[in-house]
Amino acid sequence: MGGAAIVKLRPSPLVCRQAVELMSDYLDGALSGRDTRRLEKHLAVCESCRTYLEQLRLTISLSGSAGPDDLEPAALAELVDVFRKFRGGPDASSENDHA
Amino acid sequence: MDDLTLVTRLLDGDEVAFRDLVTRYHRSLVRIARYYVVSESSAEDVVQETWLAVLRGLANFEHRSSFKTWLFSILVHRARSSGVRERRTVTLDFSNESTVAESRFDQRGVWCEPPVPFTDAVDSRLTNGPLAALVRECIAELPEPHQAVITLRDVEGLSTTEVASLLELSDANVRVILHRARARVRTAVEARWEVQPS
Ligand SMILES: [Zn+2]
Repeated sequence: MGGAAIVKLRPSPLVCRQAVELMSDYLDGALSGRDTRRLEKHLAVCESCRTYLEQLRLTISLSGSAGPDDLEPAALAELVDVFRKFRGGPDASSENDHA
Repeated sequence: MDDLTLVTRLLDGDEVAFRDLVTRYHRSLVRIARYYVVSESSAEDVVQETWLAVLRGLANFEHRSSFKTWLFSILVHRARSSGVRERRTVTLDFSNESTVAESRFDQRGVWCEPPVPFTDAVDSRLTNGPLAALVRECIAELPEPHQAVITLRDVEGLSTTEVASLLELSDANVRVILHRARARVRTAVEARWEVQPS
Protein backbone atom coordinates (compact mmCIF):
# COMPACT_ATOMS: atom_id res chain seq x y z
CA MET A 1 0.00 0.00 0.00
CA GLY A 2 2.79 2.39 0.94
CA GLY A 3 4.48 1.42 -2.30
CA ALA A 4 1.45 2.44 -4.31
CA ALA A 5 1.42 5.89 -2.70
CA ILE A 6 5.08 6.43 -3.57
CA VAL A 7 4.48 5.40 -7.18
CA LYS A 8 1.67 7.91 -7.37
CA LEU A 9 3.88 10.76 -6.11
CA ARG A 10 6.75 9.99 -8.43
CA PRO A 11 6.82 12.55 -11.27
CA SER A 12 5.81 11.15 -14.64
CA PRO A 13 8.70 10.61 -17.03
CA LEU A 14 9.21 13.13 -19.81
CA VAL A 15 9.04 12.45 -23.51
CA CYS A 16 11.30 14.36 -25.92
CA ARG A 17 8.58 16.79 -27.00
CA GLN A 18 8.19 17.92 -23.37
CA ALA A 19 11.91 17.82 -22.61
CA VAL A 20 12.81 20.44 -25.26
CA GLU A 21 10.37 22.87 -23.66
CA LEU A 22 12.34 22.83 -20.41
CA MET A 23 15.84 23.28 -21.77
CA SER A 24 16.08 27.06 -21.95
CA ASP A 25 15.11 27.41 -18.29
CA TYR A 26 17.37 24.48 -17.43
CA LEU A 27 20.40 26.23 -18.92
CA ASP A 28 19.54 29.35 -16.92
CA GLY A 29 19.11 27.39 -13.69
CA ALA A 30 15.50 28.55 -13.59
CA LEU A 31 13.81 25.13 -13.42
CA SER A 32 12.25 23.79 -10.23
CA GLY A 33 14.11 20.99 -8.53
CA ARG A 34 11.43 18.56 -9.58
CA ASP A 35 11.58 19.50 -13.26
CA THR A 36 15.38 19.52 -13.15
CA ARG A 37 15.37 15.93 -11.92
CA ARG A 38 12.81 14.89 -14.54
CA LEU A 39 14.83 16.48 -17.32
CA GLU A 40 18.15 15.06 -16.14
CA LYS A 41 16.60 11.62 -15.92
CA HIS A 42 15.45 11.93 -19.51
CA LEU A 43 18.79 13.32 -20.74
CA ALA A 44 20.58 10.39 -19.15
CA VAL A 45 18.81 7.99 -21.50
CA CYS A 46 18.16 10.14 -24.59
CA GLU A 47 21.07 10.99 -26.87
CA SER A 48 18.92 13.07 -29.25
CA CYS A 49 17.82 15.38 -26.46
CA ARG A 50 21.43 15.69 -25.29
CA THR A 51 22.27 16.78 -28.84
CA TYR A 52 19.44 19.30 -28.80
CA LEU A 53 20.62 20.68 -25.47
CA GLU A 54 24.18 20.97 -26.76
CA GLN A 55 22.96 22.83 -29.88
CA LEU A 56 21.04 25.23 -27.68
CA ARG A 57 24.04 25.75 -25.41
CA LEU A 58 26.33 26.38 -28.40
CA THR A 59 23.83 28.77 -29.99
CA ILE A 60 23.58 30.78 -26.77
CA SER A 61 27.33 30.95 -26.25
CA LEU A 62 27.89 32.07 -29.85
CA SER A 63 25.22 34.78 -29.51
CA GLY A 64 27.61 36.87 -27.47
CA SER A 65 30.34 36.94 -30.11
CA ALA A 66 31.00 40.27 -31.80
CA GLY A 67 30.61 40.74 -35.53
CA PRO A 68 33.07 42.60 -37.73
CA ASP A 69 30.60 44.90 -39.45
CA ASP A 70 28.52 46.24 -36.59
CA LEU A 71 29.24 49.93 -36.99
CA GLU A 72 29.44 51.77 -40.29
CA PRO A 73 32.34 54.25 -40.57
CA ALA A 74 29.88 57.10 -41.23
CA ALA A 75 27.91 56.31 -38.08
CA LEU A 76 31.13 56.11 -36.07
CA ALA A 77 32.22 59.49 -37.45
CA GLU A 78 28.91 61.05 -36.35
CA LEU A 79 29.31 59.64 -32.87
CA VAL A 80 32.89 60.85 -32.61
CA ASP A 81 31.52 64.26 -33.59
CA VAL A 82 29.17 64.09 -30.63
CA PHE A 83 32.17 63.30 -28.42
CA ARG A 84 34.34 66.12 -29.78
CA LYS A 85 31.56 68.68 -29.51
CA PHE A 86 30.94 67.58 -25.95
CA ARG A 87 34.65 67.93 -25.19
CA GLY A 88 34.66 71.32 -26.89
CA GLY A 89 37.39 70.11 -29.23
CA PRO A 90 37.80 70.51 -32.98
CA ASP A 91 34.97 69.53 -35.28
CA ALA A 92 35.42 65.94 -36.38
CA SER A 93 33.92 66.60 -39.80
CA SER A 94 36.99 68.60 -40.81
CA GLU A 95 39.28 65.67 -40.10
CA ASN A 96 39.72 62.35 -41.74
CA ASP A 97 42.17 60.52 -39.53
CA HIS A 98 41.62 57.30 -37.61
CA ALA A 99 39.98 55.73 -40.64
CA MET B 1 39.94 45.67 -22.49
CA ASP B 2 37.03 45.61 -20.04
CA ASP B 3 34.31 48.24 -19.74
CA LEU B 4 35.59 49.60 -16.45
CA THR B 5 39.02 50.38 -17.89
CA LEU B 6 37.45 52.07 -20.92
CA VAL B 7 35.06 54.05 -18.74
CA THR B 8 37.95 55.27 -16.59
CA ARG B 9 39.82 56.37 -19.70
CA LEU B 10 36.72 58.00 -21.09
CA LEU B 11 36.42 60.04 -17.91
CA ASP B 12 39.90 61.33 -18.70
CA GLY B 13 38.64 62.40 -22.12
CA ASP B 14 40.19 59.53 -24.09
CA GLU B 15 38.63 59.50 -27.57
CA VAL B 16 39.95 56.02 -28.38
CA ALA B 17 38.13 54.66 -25.33
CA PHE B 18 34.95 56.34 -26.59
CA ARG B 19 35.38 54.78 -30.04
CA ASP B 20 35.92 51.36 -28.48
CA LEU B 21 32.79 51.58 -26.32
CA VAL B 22 30.67 52.94 -29.13
CA THR B 23 31.82 50.17 -31.45
CA ARG B 24 31.33 47.48 -28.84
CA TYR B 25 27.71 48.37 -28.11
CA HIS B 26 26.37 49.85 -31.32
CA ARG B 27 24.59 46.81 -32.75
CA SER B 28 22.78 45.98 -29.52
CA LEU B 29 21.87 49.59 -28.78
CA VAL B 30 20.32 50.06 -32.23
CA ARG B 31 18.46 46.81 -31.86
CA ILE B 32 16.94 47.70 -28.51
CA ALA B 33 16.07 51.18 -29.78
CA ARG B 34 14.28 49.52 -32.70
CA TYR B 35 12.04 47.76 -30.20
CA TYR B 36 10.55 51.17 -29.44
CA VAL B 37 10.91 53.26 -32.59
CA VAL B 38 9.89 52.34 -36.10
CA SER B 39 12.73 53.47 -38.31
CA GLU B 40 16.41 52.72 -38.43
CA SER B 41 17.21 56.43 -38.56
CA SER B 42 15.13 57.16 -35.43
CA ALA B 43 17.01 54.35 -33.73
CA GLU B 44 20.37 55.84 -34.74
CA ASP B 45 19.21 59.20 -33.33
CA VAL B 46 18.27 57.58 -30.04
CA VAL B 47 21.69 55.93 -29.86
CA GLN B 48 23.40 59.29 -30.44
CA GLU B 49 21.31 60.94 -27.72
CA THR B 50 22.19 58.06 -25.44
CA TRP B 51 25.93 58.55 -25.89
CA LEU B 52 25.58 62.26 -25.27
CA ALA B 53 23.67 61.48 -22.06
CA VAL B 54 26.41 59.01 -21.10
CA LEU B 55 29.10 61.66 -21.61
CA ARG B 56 27.10 64.13 -19.52
CA GLY B 57 26.31 61.66 -16.76
CA LEU B 58 29.49 59.63 -16.60
CA ALA B 59 31.12 61.70 -13.85
CA ASN B 60 28.13 60.93 -11.64
CA PHE B 61 27.86 57.26 -12.57
CA GLU B 62 28.10 55.47 -9.24
CA HIS B 63 28.76 51.89 -10.34
CA ARG B 64 25.79 50.56 -8.44
CA SER B 65 25.09 48.61 -11.60
CA SER B 66 27.49 47.62 -14.36
CA PHE B 67 28.26 50.24 -16.99
CA LYS B 68 26.41 48.06 -19.48
CA THR B 69 23.19 47.99 -17.48
CA TRP B 70 23.42 51.74 -16.92
CA LEU B 71 23.99 52.33 -20.64
CA PHE B 72 20.96 50.25 -21.65
CA SER B 73 18.74 51.89 -19.05
CA ILE B 74 19.60 55.31 -20.51
CA LEU B 75 18.89 54.00 -24.00
CA VAL B 76 15.54 52.47 -23.04
CA HIS B 77 14.52 55.66 -21.25
CA ARG B 78 15.32 57.80 -24.29
CA ALA B 79 13.86 55.35 -26.79
CA ARG B 80 10.69 55.08 -24.79
CA SER B 81 10.16 58.84 -24.64
CA SER B 82 10.89 59.36 -28.32
CA GLY B 83 8.96 56.27 -29.30
CA VAL B 84 5.68 57.39 -27.74
CA ARG B 85 4.26 58.63 -30.98
CA GLU B 86 5.70 56.08 -33.33
CA ARG B 87 5.70 53.11 -31.03
CA ARG B 88 4.58 49.95 -32.66
CA THR B 89 2.11 47.85 -30.80
CA VAL B 90 4.06 44.91 -29.54
CA THR B 91 1.71 42.09 -28.79
CA LEU B 92 2.92 39.30 -26.61
CA ASP B 93 1.64 36.13 -28.11
CA PHE B 94 1.51 33.40 -25.52
CA SER B 95 -0.46 30.93 -27.54
CA ASN B 96 0.77 27.38 -27.51
CA GLU B 97 3.44 27.76 -30.14
CA SER B 98 5.59 24.64 -30.06
CA THR B 99 9.29 25.33 -30.19
CA VAL B 100 10.14 22.31 -32.31
CA ALA B 101 7.99 21.33 -35.30
CA GLU B 102 5.45 18.64 -34.41
CA SER B 103 6.56 16.62 -37.43
CA ARG B 104 9.93 15.99 -35.78
CA PHE B 105 8.24 13.79 -33.14
CA ASP B 106 6.29 10.56 -33.42
CA GLN B 107 2.89 10.00 -31.81
CA ARG B 108 4.45 9.26 -28.43
CA GLY B 109 6.41 12.52 -28.50
CA VAL B 110 9.76 10.84 -29.20
CA TRP B 111 12.10 12.26 -31.85
CA CYS B 112 11.50 10.65 -35.24
CA GLU B 113 13.71 13.21 -36.97
CA PRO B 114 16.33 13.86 -34.29
CA PRO B 115 18.80 16.77 -34.35
CA VAL B 116 22.30 16.18 -35.69
CA PRO B 117 25.19 17.84 -33.81
CA PHE B 118 26.32 21.11 -35.44
CA THR B 119 29.88 20.06 -34.90
CA ASP B 120 31.62 17.15 -33.32
CA ALA B 121 35.06 18.64 -33.59
CA VAL B 122 36.72 19.02 -30.22
CA ASP B 123 38.68 21.95 -31.60
CA SER B 124 35.80 24.09 -32.77
CA ARG B 125 37.74 27.17 -33.83
CA LEU B 126 37.04 26.38 -37.49
CA THR B 127 33.30 26.03 -37.09
CA ASN B 128 32.78 28.75 -34.51
CA GLY B 129 33.65 31.57 -36.90
CA PRO B 130 31.04 30.77 -39.59
CA LEU B 131 28.64 29.27 -37.06
CA ALA B 132 28.80 32.40 -34.91
CA ALA B 133 28.14 34.53 -38.00
CA LEU B 134 25.09 32.41 -38.80
CA VAL B 135 23.80 32.72 -35.23
CA ARG B 136 24.10 36.52 -35.43
CA GLU B 137 22.28 36.51 -38.76
CA CYS B 138 19.42 34.42 -37.35
CA ILE B 139 19.08 36.64 -34.27
CA ALA B 140 18.80 39.69 -36.53
CA GLU B 141 15.85 38.07 -38.30
CA LEU B 142 13.82 37.39 -35.15
CA PRO B 143 10.57 39.27 -34.61
CA GLU B 144 10.01 41.49 -31.56
CA PRO B 145 10.00 41.15 -28.64
CA HIS B 146 12.16 38.04 -29.14
CA GLN B 147 15.00 40.04 -30.64
CA ALA B 148 15.15 42.59 -27.83
CA VAL B 149 15.04 39.93 -25.13
CA ILE B 150 17.69 37.65 -26.65
CA THR B 151 19.93 40.63 -27.36
CA LEU B 152 19.94 41.82 -23.77
CA ARG B 153 20.08 38.35 -22.22
CA ASP B 154 22.31 36.24 -24.49
CA VAL B 155 24.21 38.76 -26.58
CA GLU B 156 24.90 41.22 -23.76
CA GLY B 157 24.66 38.82 -20.85
CA LEU B 158 22.31 40.80 -18.59
CA SER B 159 20.37 38.78 -16.02
CA THR B 160 16.75 37.79 -16.58
CA THR B 161 15.71 40.21 -13.84
CA GLU B 162 17.66 43.09 -15.42
CA VAL B 163 16.07 42.37 -18.80
CA ALA B 164 12.61 42.22 -17.22
CA SER B 165 13.06 45.53 -15.49
CA LEU B 166 14.49 47.27 -18.58
CA LEU B 167 11.71 46.11 -20.89
CA GLU B 168 8.97 46.36 -18.23
CA LEU B 169 8.09 42.68 -18.45
CA SER B 170 7.72 40.07 -15.75
CA ASP B 171 10.57 37.62 -15.16
CA ALA B 172 8.25 34.80 -16.23
CA ASN B 173 7.44 36.53 -19.53
CA VAL B 174 11.11 37.16 -20.21
CA ARG B 175 11.81 33.46 -19.70
CA VAL B 176 9.00 32.41 -22.05
CA ILE B 177 10.10 34.85 -24.76
CA LEU B 178 13.73 33.83 -24.31
CA HIS B 179 12.86 30.17 -24.57
CA ARG B 180 11.06 30.76 -27.86
CA ALA B 181 13.72 33.10 -29.23
CA ARG B 182 16.50 30.60 -28.51
CA ALA B 183 14.49 27.76 -30.02
CA ARG B 184 13.84 29.78 -33.16
CA VAL B 185 17.49 30.65 -33.55
CA ARG B 186 18.47 27.00 -33.08
CA THR B 187 15.92 25.94 -35.69
CA ALA B 188 17.05 28.60 -38.16
CA VAL B 189 20.70 27.66 -37.68
CA GLU B 190 19.87 23.99 -38.07
CA ALA B 191 18.08 24.69 -41.36
CA ARG B 192 21.03 26.57 -42.87
CA TRP B 193 24.09 25.03 -41.30
CA GLU B 194 25.93 22.32 -43.14
CA VAL B 195 27.35 19.95 -40.59
CA GLN B 196 31.11 19.88 -40.89
CA PRO B 197 32.60 16.48 -41.58
CA SER B 198 34.85 15.36 -38.77
ZN1 LIG C 1 14.51 12.85 -25.68
